[in-house]
Amino acid sequence: MADADGVEIPEVDSVSGSGVPIRGNDIDTDQIIPARFMKVVTFDGLGEFAFFDLRFDEDDEQKDHPFNEERFQDSSVMVVNSNFGCGSSREHAPQALMRWGIDAIIGESFAEIFAGNCLALGIPTVTADAETIEELQDWVDENPDGDLEIDVEAETVTYGSETIDVTVDDAQRKALVEGVWDTTALMKSNAAAVRDTARELPYVEADAIPEAE
Amino acid sequence: MSEGTLYDKVWDRHKVTTLPTGQDQLFVGLHLIHEVTSPQAFGMLRERDLEVAYPELTHATVDHIVPTADQSRPYEEDAAEEMMSELERNVREAGIDFSDPDSGDQGIVHVVGPEQGLTQPGKTIVCGDSHTSTHGAFGALAFGIGTSQIRDVLATGTLAFEKQKVRKIEVDGELGDGVGAKDVILEIIRRLGTEGGVGYVYEYAGSAIESLGMEGRMSICNMSIEGGARAGYVNPDETTYEWLEETDYFRENPEKFEELKPYWESIRSDDDAEYDDVVRIDADELEPVVTWGTTPGQGIGITDPIPEPEALPADKQDTARRAQEHMRVEPGETMAGYDIDVAFLGSCTNARLPDLRRAARIVEGREVHDDVRALVVPGSQRVQKAAEEEGLKDVFEAAGFEWRNAGCSMCLGMNEDQLEGDEACASSSNRNFVGRQGSKDGRTVLMNPRMVAAAAITGEVTDVRELPEAEVTA
Ligand code: SF4
Repeated sequence: MADADGVEIPEVDSVSGSGVPIRGNDIDTDQIIPARFMKVVTFDGLGEFAFFDLRFDEDDEQKDHPFNEERFQDSSVMVVNSNFGCGSSREHAPQALMRWGIDAIIGESFAEIFAGNCLALGIPTVTADAETIEELQDWVDENPDGDLEIDVEAETVTYGSETIDVTVDDAQRKALVEGVWDTTALMKSNAAAVRDTARELPYVEADAIPEAE
Repeated sequence: MSEGTLYDKVWDRHKVTTLPTGQDQLFVGLHLIHEVTSPQAFGMLRERDLEVAYPELTHATVDHIVPTADQSRPYEEDAAEEMMSELERNVREAGIDFSDPDSGDQGIVHVVGPEQGLTQPGKTIVCGDSHTSTHGAFGALAFGIGTSQIRDVLATGTLAFEKQKVRKIEVDGELGDGVGAKDVILEIIRRLGTEGGVGYVYEYAGSAIESLGMEGRMSICNMSIEGGARAGYVNPDETTYEWLEETDYFRENPEKFEELKPYWESIRSDDDAEYDDVVRIDADELEPVVTWGTTPGQGIGITDPIPEPEALPADKQDTARRAQEHMRVEPGETMAGYDIDVAFLGSCTNARLPDLRRAARIVEGREVHDDVRALVVPGSQRVQKAAEEEGLKDVFEAAGFEWRNAGCSMCLGMNEDQLEGDEACASSSNRNFVGRQGSKDGRTVLMNPRMVAAAAITGEVTDVRELPEAEVTA
C-alpha cells in the first residue's frame, strides 16, 4: 500500500530463507537482548548483541549457540518453541533479531507484545504444534542450507519436499498480505474521527484536542 | 465474548473505527513515555516529518537509567547522559510535560502517573513498558506497547489493537498476617502460568481485592503481564475515589471530580456482565509466596517444597530443571533458609509508601545481616520525601540499609545498581529472569516487601511470620 507520506509499505506475502533452530520454551526478551545493550537512542547495530549472554561467557568467549555457528550465519527464518519473547515489551528484541538477519519466525507460541512488535517491523510470527516444530528444528539442523518458504496468505511452510499447515493470526495475516502493517499512515488518515472520539470522552479537555489540520 | 465488563465499556468509548486489518483503532487518553523506549519513536517521527498529535495527553519521566546515588549532571555514564539529553530535547520540542528530577516529581513511570492524578478510571493508558498494566488498578484500560506503536500514538493519538477476552479472577476471603497483594498475584501466576493470560485481560475482583488499598491493587495489576495478560484492572470504587481526590489534578480541579464521577461509575462492570472465563482463589489459604526459579510463575508458598520437575506439566519440565540448576535449589526442600547476598526493596511493584512502611516495621530495631547488602529505592521522589518526613529513612539507615534516590535501579540493572557474579537477591520487584538484575549468573528471589525486609535481617529467605516480635500485620 502506498503510504500517505510517500513511504511504500511492502506487502509480505511470503518469506523464504534458510532456517536456524533456537530451542527452549519461555525465552524472554532479556535473553534476546540484555537490558545493558538498550542504552542507545537508535536501534542501529543491535544485531550483534542478539542473544548475547547465551552466546558469550564472562570472558567474551563464544558459547554453544546456533547464532554463533558458521552454518547458520545466512539464516533468516528462526524456528523456536513456546512462549517465545515473553517478558519486557522492548522492541529492541525483534529489532536485534531483524538486524542480525531474521525475516520470519516459526514457533509453538509467542508472547503477545513480542508478536505485535514483530508485526510492526513486517516480521511474520507463525505458529504450529510442538511436534511439527520439533521436526522442523531437526530438519533445519540437518539442512542448514535448505530453504524454508513461509506462505503467509496460504498459511503453509514448505521445506524439502514437504508442505505443512501453520497458523498466522488473522489480523497479522491481513496486515502483512495487504501491506498495512505500518499503521501510522493508515490511522492518521482518520484524524477527524479521532478528534470526534476524543470530544465524546468526558475526561479529555477541549484544549487538548488539536484543531483540524 | 465478554459483555458489560469495564473492558468492553472503555473499549467502546475509545474505539474510533475498525481498520482494514480487522483491528480496532483506539483513542489513547494518556500516553506515558520514558527514556528507554521513546527516543527511537521520536526518531521515526522526524524521519517522516510528523508531529506529536496530542502533546497534552502525553507525560514523560525518567526512571530506567537514572542513577540512584549521584544524580548530578552530566551523569557519570555517557550512555545514560545521552538518553536523558535526548528525552529532554524530545519533550521540549513537542511541548510535553516532563517530571524530571529537578521537578521533585520524578520517579518510576508507574508510580508517577497515579500519584499525580494522571491515571484515572475509564482512561486508555499506554506506555512503552510492559508494566503499564499497573494503572489498571484505577479501572483504567492500560497496557504496554512497543516502539513502533509509540510512534503511532505520538503521531495519531491512537493505537491499532485487537480486542481480547476477559477473565475474572475472584479473590475472596481475608489475607492472613504477613501475606500481601504481592502474594496474591504470585499465586495467580503460579496457578495460571506465565502464559495463562495470553489473549486475556484480567479483571481482579472479590472481597480480598476490594479490601486492598490502591497500592496493593497496583502491585497486583502490575504483574498481570507476568501472567501473560497484557492488561489487568480493578473496578473503581470508594477506595479509588478517595485516592483520586487527594491527587494534584483533582485538588486543582475539584469540579472535575464531581463531573467525572458519573463516568467512572458508568464504566464499572455490570453485575450481570459476561466473562470469557472465571477463576476463583481463596485468600484465606494463601501464605507468603516466593519464587524458586527464573520465571515469575515458578513460585511456592514459603512452607511448601520446591517441586520436582517431573511433577510439572511436560512442557514446563525443562525450564524447571534449568531454573533449579541456575538457582541451585533442590526439589523437596523449602525456600526458607536460602542464603541471600542482596536485599532490594524497590520497583514499580512494591516501592510505594505503604510498602516501605510495612518493611520498615519489620526492620525497626534490627540490623541488616553482616553478609547482606541492602538497599531501599523509593518509587518516586514524592514517595522518598514522604518516607523521609515520617522517619522511615532513619529506620532503614539505622538498620544498615542504603537509602537511594528514586528510579528503577536494581529491578533491571540498567544503572549502576546491579548484582555481581552469582549473588542471590531477595527482591520486591517483578522479574526473576536470568540476567535481569544486571549479572547473568545473579539469582533473584521474588517476594513481598516484608519478606525482603526479613531476609535482609536474617541473611536468608525467611518466613516473616516467624520473626520473633515482628509486627507483621498490614
Ligand atoms: S521498576 Fe522495573 S519493572 Fe518497573 S518500570 Fe522500572 S524496570 Fe520496569
